[in-house]
Amino acid sequence: MFTLAGIGFTAPWLLLGLAALPILWILLRAVPPAPIRRRFPGVALLLGLKDADQQSDKTPWWLLLLRTLAVAAVILGFAGPVLNPDDRQPGTGPMLVAVDGTWADARDWPRRLDRIGVALDEASRGGRAVAIVTLTDLPPPDQGGDLPFQAADAWATRLANLTPRPWPVAASAVLEWADSLAGGFETLWLSDGLDHPWRADVLAAFEAHGPVRVFESPRPVLALRPARFEDGAIALSALRAVAGADQPVEVSGYGLDPNGVERELARATMTFGVDETMTDIALSLPPELRNRITRFQLDGIRSAGAVTLTDDGLKRREVALISGRDDREALQLLSPTHYLERALAPTADLIDGSLDEVLLANPDVIVLADVATVTEDEQAAIEIWLDKGGLLLRFAGPRIAASDLSRDTEDPLMPVRLRAGGRTVGGAMSWGEPKGLRAFAQSSPFFGLPVPEDVTVSAQVMAQPDPDLADRVIAALSDGTPLVTRKRVGQGQVVLFHVTANAEWSTLPLSGLFVQMLERLAVSTRPARATAGDLTGTIWTPDVVLTAFGQIEDAGTLSGIAGAALAEARPSLETPPGLYAGEDRRIALNVVADDTVLTPTVWPARIPVEGLAVARETALKGGLLSLALGLLGLDVLAALWLAGRLFGARTAIGAILLAAMIAPGGADAQDDSFAIRATRDVVLGHVITGDTALDDVAAAGLRGLSETLFTRTSIEPAAPIAVNLETDELSFFPFLYWPVTPDQPIPSQEAYGRLNTYLRGGGMILFDTRDADVAAFGSVSPNGRKLQQLAQPLDIPPLEPVPGDHVLTRTFYLLQDFPGRHASRDVWVEAAPADAQAVDGMPFRNLNDNVTPVVIGGNDWAAAWAVDESGNRMFPVGRGFAGERQREIALRFGVNLIMHVLTGNYKSDQVHVPALLDRLGQ
Amino acid sequence: MSIAADLRANAEVVAAPLPALLADAQHLAQSVLLGAHGRRRAGMGDEFWQYRPALPGDEARMIDWRRSGRSDAHFVQEKEWQAAQSVLLWVDGARSMDFASDKALPTKAARARLLAMAVAILLVRGGERVGLSGVGLPPRSGPVQLLRLAVALSDVSEAPEYGAPETRGMLPRSRALFVSDFLGDPAPVTAALTKAADRGVKGAILHVLDPQEEAFPFDGRTIFESMGGSVRHETLKAGDLRDRYLHRLAERKALLSDLARATGWQYHCHHTGQSAASALLWLFGALEHDH
Repeated sequence: MFTLAGIGFTAPWLLLGLAALPILWILLRAVPPAPIRRRFPGVALLLGLKDADQQSDKTPWWLLLLRTLAVAAVILGFAGPVLNPDDRQPGTGPMLVAVDGTWADARDWPRRLDRIGVALDEASRGGRAVAIVTLTDLPPPDQGGDLPFQAADAWATRLANLTPRPWPVAASAVLEWADSLAGGFETLWLSDGLDHPWRADVLAAFEAHGPVRVFESPRPVLALRPARFEDGAIALSALRAVAGADQPVEVSGYGLDPNGVERELARATMTFGVDETMTDIALSLPPELRNRITRFQLDGIRSAGAVTLTDDGLKRREVALISGRDDREALQLLSPTHYLERALAPTADLIDGSLDEVLLANPDVIVLADVATVTEDEQAAIEIWLDKGGLLLRFAGPRIAASDLSRDTEDPLMPVRLRAGGRTVGGAMSWGEPKGLRAFAQSSPFFGLPVPEDVTVSAQVMAQPDPDLADRVIAALSDGTPLVTRKRVGQGQVVLFHVTANAEWSTLPLSGLFVQMLERLAVSTRPARATAGDLTGTIWTPDVVLTAFGQIEDAGTLSGIAGAALAEARPSLETPPGLYAGEDRRIALNVVADDTVLTPTVWPARIPVEGLAVARETALKGGLLSLALGLLGLDVLAALWLAGRLFGARTAIGAILLAAMIAPGGADAQDDSFAIRATRDVVLGHVITGDTALDDVAAAGLRGLSETLFTRTSIEPAAPIAVNLETDELSFFPFLYWPVTPDQPIPSQEAYGRLNTYLRGGGMILFDTRDADVAAFGSVSPNGRKLQQLAQPLDIPPLEPVPGDHVLTRTFYLLQDFPGRHASRDVWVEAAPADAQAVDGMPFRNLNDNVTPVVIGGNDWAAAWAVDESGNRMFPVGRGFAGERQREIALRFGVNLIMHVLTGNYKSDQVHVPALLDRLGQ
Repeated sequence: MSIAADLRANAEVVAAPLPALLADAQHLAQSVLLGAHGRRRAGMGDEFWQYRPALPGDEARMIDWRRSGRSDAHFVQEKEWQAAQSVLLWVDGARSMDFASDKALPTKAARARLLAMAVAILLVRGGERVGLSGVGLPPRSGPVQLLRLAVALSDVSEAPEYGAPETRGMLPRSRALFVSDFLGDPAPVTAALTKAADRGVKGAILHVLDPQEEAFPFDGRTIFESMGGSVRHETLKAGDLRDRYLHRLAERKALLSDLARATGWQYHCHHTGQSAASALLWLFGALEHDH
């Protein structure tokens, strides 16, 4: 390919055509634009006139330049220019594109896809077969060494489906696959930039089949190790693969806020020092905040490695310890809660205090050590707390044994009924040996914990053999008597250890088993990563899983895995990284483990390694030809302009057509029909409530009112218009009728803004709750409540019932009440100013300001006004003649209302007082 | 083609515009209220002019006894002089008149014929004698003369590129009306007017122009051709010529106007874009009130 200044040409010989441009220039100069022939009788007057300027004899230089440029663009365009031409000699034969496809790839994944796209383009041009293999998602072994070679175009369509996986490459599988490869091919390896033990072997295998090229992102791989709890703070460690200059990274903790919305709860900046690959930070957060955090992530990095999910290991449960024998002056070791404190202190926050005090703190666990009596208030409070998921852990003791607690009927705060007295085995005054523990049953949460031989029980309280006792036993002595019983209460549970919490009755609190049991009960949390032994016998199901891009997705129906396997698990296809939920606990399996170290790849010198900064070949042909077309279009206009024909009718049409072709997509024609319809005549509007029947009645009512106005007054309204508050312009309407239904939607904030502008600008809204037959104004009818909701954001002045001298009573008809279908007198309007005074001898106060912005009532006026298409009344009003009279008054009210809207307080003017006095008979 | 058929075809061509021209002209003439067409002095006529004391020499039958009976003196009733005038029309039939810049506009020739015909109708209705110069139609009165005028005006025979006024057959002390675009050589016009003035003929010049001729809205490289194509002028920038063209047109108008003033004629410039009625009113006034 011929290259010139970074631009290659596929057909460079065509560039010789550029040499012809000067000839073209001369030719064009020689030919002036064609003249127009015009019949013109006035030519006689023109005879002898000379042109002042002879230059236009020839085509102007700028037009020549335009045309020359256009031709030059055509020549260049057909010469096939390519920006960033790829000069490498294309290989031959099949090509393997191997992609690591790990989480470390995710950050630059689109660019990697671009690189593969470039490779596919090359292969497509060379007609080479291509196979794309993701090393984290190897072809099934049964295909053996057959690579999925296909045409490059076929791969190109599937390229978008290629996704990285959130786990590392399985070394054994990839080595086996590499060994099974057969045939010769060139390899393009898109490495994730991290060194792995298998990499050298796989590279050797690739090289055995043909040349290998490697592409790596120059961007460093960053990762976040799991959060640990150390010395009262959360310890975070970030890793980077390549040591270098200072590099700050932002780390954020996310979790659910009290409203259940995920938000950022903590943020810190970690800085990699010069030549450091690891940086630490300790985040000290309040326990409330800390317990809410579900994940930490490095900001701005789309990779599963930059996200670490937190689990119970980070949570510190709040445990309240209550003992019943505080009064005893005794040795520390005899304190009923001493062993509990020692067992829980490293992993939980302990709360001291009386029962009613600790309940206020809403602890996760309340431990009652030999507490026999709680007050009724406390009991009720504990039951509520239990229902919400609390764990009440009780230990027996001399007091419980001596009390009547849960003797005859089962106490709500005890899992079982107890026999009187308890028993003592193996003591000085009893027969038999102290009892050991029986192995835990499979249904027990303790299943899988080893039972030490030296744990013995010498005294205990005995459970009554009730029918459901067997279900409640989760640990038993070797003779089968219950040692630990449990009862579910709501979302919470009550657990009773039938022995004391100290070593008086048994050696259990002295053993490691005691701590493990507390942990299994989620009283305490494990301090660090669980071992296989800790999790033996449990099943964990994935709750959420991480994608390679660091997004958290619902796990769906992935199957559960055994606890022992989970403890050892590394992220893989079988155990995808995510959060695994057990009975009461959660364990996070993160992409980056505590001991993960990022090592950059080291490639042998013979392997060419490229960065991802690929300059794509860009064909410029289309752009140049478009430029030429545009220039020629300009030339048409310029030539027309020179010849004086640009503004003729036909050329104008042509130019418009040309412009339409060049610039597709015209401006949207503004639809003004609504505005024209609403403003051509006076139009009454009603608000669309969403209730079709009601909207129809409102429209019919306004139609009836409009007809009445038309026949009786000089107001001649057009057909009413339904107004959508959200979309329609309100200022066209002098009057809006707004019927209220309990279920109509509340308008948006923008709509309220426009409604307030409308009301301030002199508009009027008639609110009609339509329930005056059953409810008085301001009462709590559903419509009334809805009206309050609707009117809350509106800018409505103080209201008062229509006073007798309100202008509404006399704008057209003289009225005293304002019935609709209902004849309530509860109609409210804007209150008159407080200083309005009645002058002696005048029937009206001097109120000459303003139109009331709202009229509120419930008389269902629209129904009284409503007429159907043929002009018949749609709804009956009242009964007989009196009803018709009421309808007439209703219509008169409507007339008065519209008159008031349109004429304001004109009738309130004192000028009319004498005439009105006369008519009022005073 | 036989002679008869040729004649018939020509007759059709002649007859085709005739009713329209007549009808249009009649219609236009209706718009002018025709008052008494007296000469404003005593003479032969039907209308009362004045009483004057009888002088010796007056015949006895000339004495108005009704008036004389109311006084001691004798009076003679004089009538207003209502002698008919002869008006000679010249309507330019040259090719240059056959131009309209827009389809909606009439050609200058059509407008000129219409106005001439309408004036003729008005004059004939007023009892004047109207003739058409150049085609040998001497002034006569009566409706038949209108038909003859219409036929003569509608004659679309071969015509020169630009017209020159014809003064043959112009009676001394008669009146004349020249309708043309006056775009051709002004010398014949000057000669004709001078000759008319010598004979005591007075009249009016109606300068009919197309709006485009007044505005010259051209641009770019253009070849202007006369209607017959015999005169042409090529320009590279028509827009540059506009000012000079308009200057020349103004000069031509001034020339005509000055000539008219010098010879006691009246001059009016009419555009085909304007209403014909206004021009007719001016024409009527010019021919009526000029004494």
